[in-house]
Amino acid sequence: MPETFDEATTLKRRTFVAASTAVAGLPLLTSDRLPASASTPTPADQLSTVRLTVNGEQRTAQVDNRTSLLDLLREHLDLPGTKKGCDQGACGACTVLVDDRRVNSCLILAVMAQDANVTTIEGLARGRGEQLHPLQQAFIDHDGLQCGYCTPGQVMSGVACIAEGHTGSRAEIREWMSGNLCRCGAYTNIVSAIEQTAKEA
Amino acid sequence: MHPFAFSRVSTTAAALNAGAGNGRYIAGGTTLVDLMRETVERPAHVVDINALPYKDITVTRQGLRVGSLVRMSELAAHPEVRVTYPVLSQALELGASAQLRNMASIGGNIMQRPRCPYFRDVHSACNRRDPGSGCDARGGDNRMQAILGASTHCVATHPSDLAVALVALDAVVEVRGLDGPRSIPVQDFFLRPGDTPQKEHSLRSGELITSLTVPAGAHTRRSGYLKVRDRQSYEFALASAAVALDIRGGVVRGARVAVGGVATVPWRLPKVEEALVGRRPGRRTWTEAAALAAEGAVPLSENAFKVKLVERTVRRQLMTIGGQ
Repeated sequence: MPETFDEATTLKRRTFVAASTAVAGLPLLTSDRLPASASTPTPADQLSTVRLTVNGEQRTAQVDNRTSLLDLLREHLDLPGTKKGCDQGACGACTVLVDDRRVNSCLILAVMAQDANVTTIEGLARGRGEQLHPLQQAFIDHDGLQCGYCTPGQVMSGVACIAEGHTGSRAEIREWMSGNLCRCGAYTNIVSAIEQTAKEA
Repeated sequence: MHPFAFSRVSTTAAALNAGAGNGRYIAGGTTLVDLMRETVERPAHVVDINALPYKDITVTRQGLRVGSLVRMSELAAHPEVRVTYPVLSQALELGASAQLRNMASIGGNIMQRPRCPYFRDVHSACNRRDPGSGCDARGGDNRMQAILGASTHCVATHPSDLAVALVALDAVVEVRGLDGPRSIPVQDFFLRPGDTPQKEHSLRSGELITSLTVPAGAHTRRSGYLKVRDRQSYEFALASAAVALDIRGGVVRGARVAVGGVATVPWRLPKVEEALVGRRPGRRTWTEAAALAAEGAVPLSENAFKVKLVERTVRRQLMTIGGQ
């Protein structure tokens, strides 16, 4: 069912925390020795409405143009399964599928996801989340995690890695999963989970 | 991140008009969004060019043409490119991660800005980011910095692997401005820092990259890319080498060699090439030619290791491509 989210009228805790942090950060920015931006756009020009499909559902949100796809998912669309690790495209925790291709949602402006078809970790299981995707089950079977923070990104990246056919050997899986860091070091078992799922696919 | 206005364009004319008004083009966004978040980049207007029609890859007898909006992963996976221009596929697949390669455009790849940590930190002195402020990298943590092509103002290496392969293959950057199209040989596209480190490329204000072309040649099939890094994958180069050889009748007829990770721009090695042409392929030829790879190098306090490393990287890749 289509859903409209207006950030001006609905303020959730997470949004509130983010907004407060942004305000607290302002004095730092203005005291920066860099000159101010050439011209600051009017407040209205800083906002956009974005319409996209997330896990099969049409969603609409009004966002500040600075909002990343990651923050749109987590803070505006109530889908916190996708994780924020480095927020600079270096760790892969924020991996989602856009039009079936794996991408780092932290480096995509939400406004650039207009009309995109996004799949997050919440959209992987079938039947209201009761039937896990085979790779999710394989992560459990192989103990492919410890703290679990990188896991949603690992699973989304692994699903794409299998679909791309980059699973010919453990070495190939490691190379094509190198965009997903795991600071617990669960790599051996992550590779096993992907290897098994690829064989059974 | 500083506030900005956002618009989408669906025609080249609309893009160029927005560009003339100081609009900043965005395609994959993997460099620009990252630097905007660090406030290194602070555009007031961001223009999404992804609806423009620069998305084709064509391989003909004359060569290769790649639309600027083709993604790194698409070019790398192209079956004819893999066979006819393997150095391009290899350079692409040894760069970034699978996710970033799905996002980053070919035009944006050659527009990447330095990865120098002092460039990315707005509280450090950096002549590229803030001309005249100084260079904290030169006397700081300079292990990753350049040993070739640097100036007193900047020592940052160029981050692109693809650009090294493009320089080796004499690619041409096709651009369009309000005055019409023009072609820039890729060697002239990248500018050494000199006295104006903030000028990284020869695009004029508002110009748009539309495609890259790579001329065909007997050398392109026997080509490849070697990248030496601190970790096995998903890391920038300490040293890298793009090598393409035309070997016929037991003699090297043509050679193209360029290196990355060691210079402020993708670095072609004409003297190494001269030392290869006319010689018989073999270990002695490779070793003698590779010994010229770091000629003119000026190491900093922590990166003298790159002198030997780049020589050995070139030698090993000559052995891989040319045979032992």
